[in-house]
Amino acid sequence: MSLLLAEDVYGGYGGTDILHGVSMEMDAGEIVVIVGPNGAGKSTAMKSVFGLVHVREGRVRFQDEDITNEAPDRIVARGMCYVPQEHNVFPSLTVHENLEMGAFIRTDDYTAQIDRVYDLFPPLKEKRRQPAGTLSGGQRQMVAIGRALMLDPKLLLLDEPTAGLSPKFIDLIFQRIREINDQGVGILMVEQNAKQALGMADRGYVLVLGRNRHEDTGRNLLDDPEVAEMFLGG
Amino acid sequence: MEFAGVFSYLVFFLTMAGIYAVLALGLNVQWGYTGQINIGVAGFFAVGAYTAAIMTTAPSEDHLGGFGLPFVVGLVAAMIASGIVALAVGLITLKLRSDYLAIATIGIAEILRLFLKNEQWLTNGVRGIPSIPNPLEGLTGIGLGLGYLAIVIVLVVLTYWAVERLYRSPWARVLRAIRANEDAVTAAGKSVLRFRVEAFVTGSMFMGLAGALYAHNSGFISPEAFTPMFGTFLPWVMLIAGGSGNNRGAILGAVVIWGVWTMTPTLIDLLNNIGIVPAFLAERASFLRIFLIGLLLEIILVTRPQGILPERPPRPIDLPADSG
Amino acid sequence: MIDIVQLLIYGIVLGSIIALGAIGVSLIFGILRFAHFAHGDLMTLGAYFALVGVAGMNLPMFFAFLLAIAATAAVSIGIDRVLYRRLRRSHPIILLISSVGVALMLRSLVQMIWGPDNKIYQAGVQMPWIVGGLRFKPDWVMIVGGAAALMILLHLFLQRTRLGKAMRAMSDNADLARVSGIDTEKVVIWTWLIAGVLAAAAGIFLGMDTRLHPIMGWKLLLPVFAAAIFGGIGKPYGAIVGALIIGIAQEMSTLVISPAYKPAVAFALMVLMLIWRPTGLFRGKVL
Repeated sequence: MSLLLAEDVYGGYGGTDILHGVSMEMDAGEIVVIVGPNGAGKSTAMKSVFGLVHVREGRVRFQDEDITNEAPDRIVARGMCYVPQEHNVFPSLTVHENLEMGAFIRTDDYTAQIDRVYDLFPPLKEKRRQPAGTLSGGQRQMVAIGRALMLDPKLLLLDEPTAGLSPKFIDLIFQRIREINDQGVGILMVEQNAKQALGMADRGYVLVLGRNRHEDTGRNLLDDPEVAEMFLGG
Repeated sequence: MEFAGVFSYLVFFLTMAGIYAVLALGLNVQWGYTGQINIGVAGFFAVGAYTAAIMTTAPSEDHLGGFGLPFVVGLVAAMIASGIVALAVGLITLKLRSDYLAIATIGIAEILRLFLKNEQWLTNGVRGIPSIPNPLEGLTGIGLGLGYLAIVIVLVVLTYWAVERLYRSPWARVLRAIRANEDAVTAAGKSVLRFRVEAFVTGSMFMGLAGALYAHNSGFISPEAFTPMFGTFLPWVMLIAGGSGNNRGAILGAVVIWGVWTMTPTLIDLLNNIGIVPAFLAERASFLRIFLIGLLLEIILVTRPQGILPERPPRPIDLPADSG
Repeated sequence: MIDIVQLLIYGIVLGSIIALGAIGVSLIFGILRFAHFAHGDLMTLGAYFALVGVAGMNLPMFFAFLLAIAATAAVSIGIDRVLYRRLRRSHPIILLISSVGVALMLRSLVQMIWGPDNKIYQAGVQMPWIVGGLRFKPDWVMIVGGAAALMILLHLFLQRTRLGKAMRAMSDNADLARVSGIDTEKVVIWTWLIAGVLAAAAGIFLGMDTRLHPIMGWKLLLPVFAAAIFGGIGKPYGAIVGALIIGIAQEMSTLVISPAYKPAVAFALMVLMLIWRPTGLFRGKVL
């Protein structure tokens, strides 16, 4: 079953379109990566899926149901969670409380899920009573992702999860993302660290100036000289 | 005789509307041009009034002044005094964001009011300054009223001309740019604070002028005349109703809202006479009036926040100077 | 020395009252992002509701208090549903102006219904207690104690309940709260509820300590805002500390300047804080 399908999406902020007919699709349990140069509309594309950016034309379907322009809190209830790039934790709440907030709409006992997050990110267990704002960048990112996992989502949207992190943490976060995916969670990821991201992707989309440019498996995109020239660098 | 009564009422009405128009135009320079929210308008209004009074009244033991200077000197002094106070206030507070500026201006107005009330040597405290001279020697009654109305109208026209000229100037263009994107203006190398202070001072000077006009019109002033209701809230409702950012809107708003304000008691009386409004409410008509103005403001904010005459900038700010 | 301690006591009483108002203002500022200028008049409304209980229904003050805080909370929520909710997407300045309109409507309603004169909860002068040369009004125990009790309840709510944590979360980052699935409208309603309850309590305590008067709350608005800003926007604990500091400073200032200028002290402290550390003592938001 197709997990997510975006068809010919046009949209943007205010009156102007940033996306000009973007299409993407992913199946359950896949890792799909969106890459592209600055200003390509990668984050905008992700936000349009989640209902944070207005879709003027086109459709977004999640698990075969139309969710185009649905409000984020409805989408969250369907099993899609979003981790923004910046300001993605509640700084004055403790780590544990951040996770609790992630589980806000759950009416059942979610201690098992919290334990799973702590297993995934052991440093968080240690610091669970510390205000999230006092943690390092890498640890904050763990909290951010952990918060989004609390609803046991089928699809996790990650907006540049390794932005601004040290190389050690970048590797760590990517590894954890793989582990999350191994547990059956679909991952849609916007990434600037294109090489590493594509290396673990089932599928990749290269966006340029709000349009689809390339689409292929991660591996093939890495090998593609045109893509490499564009921005993969070393 | 009936006609004479209505006529003199009309003259008084237009005079006060004109004074408020000047006040609203000054506020528009601050709010409409620059996005500064000044909830201390009454303070600058009062400073202007007291300065004019002190400059023009005869010597008195009760208060400072008695310089007995001419009317026009009083007007100019009022503008300068308000400007100076605004400069002092502005340099301290204009670095603050708009919500904080609003609170700061309340504080300023409150301090000014306390000052005027307590510094008896200067202002005669709550007893006020009486016998503010009328500028038109020899005229009395309806002639005086008409004459003073003429003066007010002239000053409204002059103020309108001045603020309109300012609106089309490069200076105002920078103000609009600051409103839209402050950081871009700073990046372009201009001092945002300087422009803000200039706008604040300019607006306050017109408020001072309005105060001076008020003082001569009433002949007597005391701190009670400059309550937040009369001196701050009414001008704000006038500007919002008439159209923020639009000078014609400011004048229109002044006339319309002053009309609503002064007619409401009559209306309430009428409704009381025909039985719609109960007696106890009619007695407290002044409070009902405030309630209705407040309600009117909320209705405007929800249904048509841009006011009757919306702002119409002369030219979009992002076009190069030499195009269209 | 006795004088200074006496002034300190006055300051604590005043500070407790200001704190109840400042917490509400800080929460509204932090969650709804605007300066709620009608807060003083909510305090006034609460005080007069209690007057209805005490003078009109002959209830003991305790029950009148409960009635009044419930009624004020209802009004507070009601105003949001009817008015502020429609302006949610408006510029904060529009909301500020709108709240000024609400302030005037509330005030004029009080004046229309109860008239412009002073009123008191009960006739007769309370005999002060004299302890070690210091004067204590018996009411002060209720005021400071009541304020402390309310603050403790609030603390428990914010720290121990799901909704309280959601409120702190929304104050931290409203967008993230929405994205996490937190029911933001519910949090907003509770914010108004709490603000209404605390404001009413502040008004009632103020009325107990001094007297009732239609502009009693408006006169306290500046110190209330000063305390909220001083402590840090969106930081209710900061608001409490700020309020106590401002209350004590206002009273102590009478040692050197005329009591008529007390409001100026609150204002000066606020401006100083804004210049020194704009985020306030507890580092809240800068709007």
